[in-house]
Amino acid sequence: MEIWRLPISASQRGKLISAGYTSLSSLSSLSPSDLARELKVSEAEAMGILKAASHSRGAETSNASCSILDGAQSAWDMLHDEESLIHITTSSADLDNILGGGIHCKEVTEIGGVPGIGKTQLGMQIAVNVQIPHDFGGLSGKAIYIDTEGSFMVERAFQIAEACIEDMSEYNRFLRKDFQECKINMKPEDILENIFYFRICSYTEQIALINYLDKFISEHKDVKVVVVDSVTFHFRQDFDDMALRTRVLSGMALKLMNLAKKFSLAVVLLNQATIKHTEGSFQLALALGDSWSHTCTNRIVLYWNGNERYAYIDKSPSLRSASAAYSVTARGIRNSSSSCKRIKMM
Amino acid sequence: MANKLISEVPLPKSIANVFAARNISTAKEALSLTEFELMELLDVGLTEVRSALSQISEIVAPPYQTALSLMEQRVQNEHLRGHFPTGLKGLDAALCGGIPFGVLTELVGPAGIGKTQLCLKLSLLASLPTNYGGLDGRVIYIDVESKFSSRRLLEIGLRSFPEIFQMKAMAQEMAGRILVLRPTSLSEFTQSLEQIKVSLLQNQVKMLVIDSMAALVSGSLAEFSRIPVVVTNQVRSHNHDDASRYSFQVQRRDGTLEIPIRYDSHLIAALGIHWAHAVTTRLVLEAKSGCHNTFAVLLISQRFIKVAKSPISPPLAFPFHITSSGISLLSDDGMELMGPEINAIHCQGLFRSLMNLLIILSILLRIPMAWS
Repeated sequence: MEIWRLPISASQRGKLISAGYTSLSSLSSLSPSDLARELKVSEAEAMGILKAASHSRGAETSNASCSILDGAQSAWDMLHDEESLIHITTSSADLDNILGGGIHCKEVTEIGGVPGIGKTQLGMQIAVNVQIPHDFGGLSGKAIYIDTEGSFMVERAFQIAEACIEDMSEYNRFLRKDFQECKINMKPEDILENIFYFRICSYTEQIALINYLDKFISEHKDVKVVVVDSVTFHFRQDFDDMALRTRVLSGMALKLMNLAKKFSLAVVLLNQATIKHTEGSFQLALALGDSWSHTCTNRIVLYWNGNERYAYIDKSPSLRSASAAYSVTARGIRNSSSSCKRIKMM
Repeated sequence: MANKLISEVPLPKSIANVFAARNISTAKEALSLTEFELMELLDVGLTEVRSALSQISEIVAPPYQTALSLMEQRVQNEHLRGHFPTGLKGLDAALCGGIPFGVLTELVGPAGIGKTQLCLKLSLLASLPTNYGGLDGRVIYIDVESKFSSRRLLEIGLRSFPEIFQMKAMAQEMAGRILVLRPTSLSEFTQSLEQIKVSLLQNQVKMLVIDSMAALVSGSLAEFSRIPVVVTNQVRSHNHDDASRYSFQVQRRDGTLEIPIRYDSHLIAALGIHWAHAVTTRLVLEAKSGCHNTFAVLLISQRFIKVAKSPISPPLAFPFHITSSGISLLSDDGMELMGPEINAIHCQGLFRSLMNLLIILSILLRIPMAWS
């Protein structure tokens, strides 16, 4: 019953069926005026129905050639796209290694962990690193930072930006001695100016903002990363109806994925940890439930191992499961200095 | 923003009527449904639903600010860039100026460690005029466990700022700025929160202290008024069933402990992991010995205030002590702690050290000791 799949209103569908049209092919040879007469609707409405029908029919032709299939891409072409993707570095070489270069664009990455592990720090670092110019291997993009918890501290972002610029001029000095022009004319204030900060106070605002992002990013085409810190907060406290929550969350995830693909940007969602009861024991897991864990493309869990912070790739279509250590320093996220052991004061 | 009425959104008439007919009057109701549900409910096509939703979303979505303008705003409008200095220099330096405005700062520690003392000192500081380092405003102190002592407050005032508090009129003015609320039940607490929200802007309240947290307070109260909010939390003992690992972390089967046997009690903050995500800054107060191997250690237990969770500062621990003039740091250079140790709460407490002292004495003097 292909009529069910048409994006038309329920009453129009009802009329089509009661008039005897159950498949798309039956609509193919009709003119709008005939249909209008049969269904007893206006001609404009009938035109709309026929247009919707021809659209869906176009997508279903089983012709193998891609030029006729709307919106399909052959795997060979996609390979070329995937290889030319630039990643957003996290400033920690070990972490970048297990991530295959950094945070992937065109994908949604979920990062979660217990409080105090460094999620916001990582989010801020990514919002700064996306602005690294092309000459240094970055994206020269802008960042959108959606803050739901109020944990974005401007002074800290300034510190991270300053350290990033210092690192860039160090790199310049060491490796590019022939280039006289240094990119030091970037100042921390410039970096802060390219971070668009939204403060969300309820889940309604969160949903509204994600709907609005499509329009916003069309107006600001150089946004290359959207960081949501954290995606969980408002959904854990205000929702009574769990089934509704799952539906709303999956709708949101779908929109974010579409945004990522459409504008070739990276979406980073920060999640909280919660305690789950499985097989008789309590374990840590990321919040929002099992259905949510299916929706993100990549999932990274941040955890403590002894005295060090580690990141573990929990789920990814192309990366192997691995962990890497990282540390949070005054300059931001960096490699962990496990080579120098400090005397622990007990 | 979320309670915006659909009637205020500039939608085409036909769709607006349909929304009203189906009893969807606020943006919240419209946005809580998925696109297909709305299509079914309103009996309109997908494109109309999508365009209506995008118009509603555009109105409800909050405006943006660049991080730069955020910083400039705070530098210009707020006292000391949005931080309230506590007077404990090392701690203030670590927290980039002091207790941050607009977010929740939590003090957690075992009983008797000094949380209420710190709260009293902070309330006093906030009421002082700005040239003394205060916020020159009122303080609302929510005293859940009836621990507020105005005599102690005035004693702290007298010792720390004698030039103000020796004059009775000034002392009255300062103490008069601290409003103490004693809710007796959770519902009363929630009601008083509503009242506080209303009076925050009218009455020049500059700080909110909640001692101690019995229920979850949403951080929105701090946020819209941009004042520091300090809450205290209790501790409970840690039992080994408490989750500390993810499913992919390997479990040790042999039972050789990752947790060494300790003589101090094993404590963690009450209210759990969900609350811990909601606070922005967590200051842990604890008592433990400085080092293990000297004899003197058994007698001395040092109190520490640790910055356990903060977006700005590294994990530092500062030794402090409680004096007649409140709390003061023994050293302004904090010790940096590695790993999750910063979150641990030790209570190598006074009782323990007293017991140790008695044991030593009994050995030295070779007399039998007994206590009930």
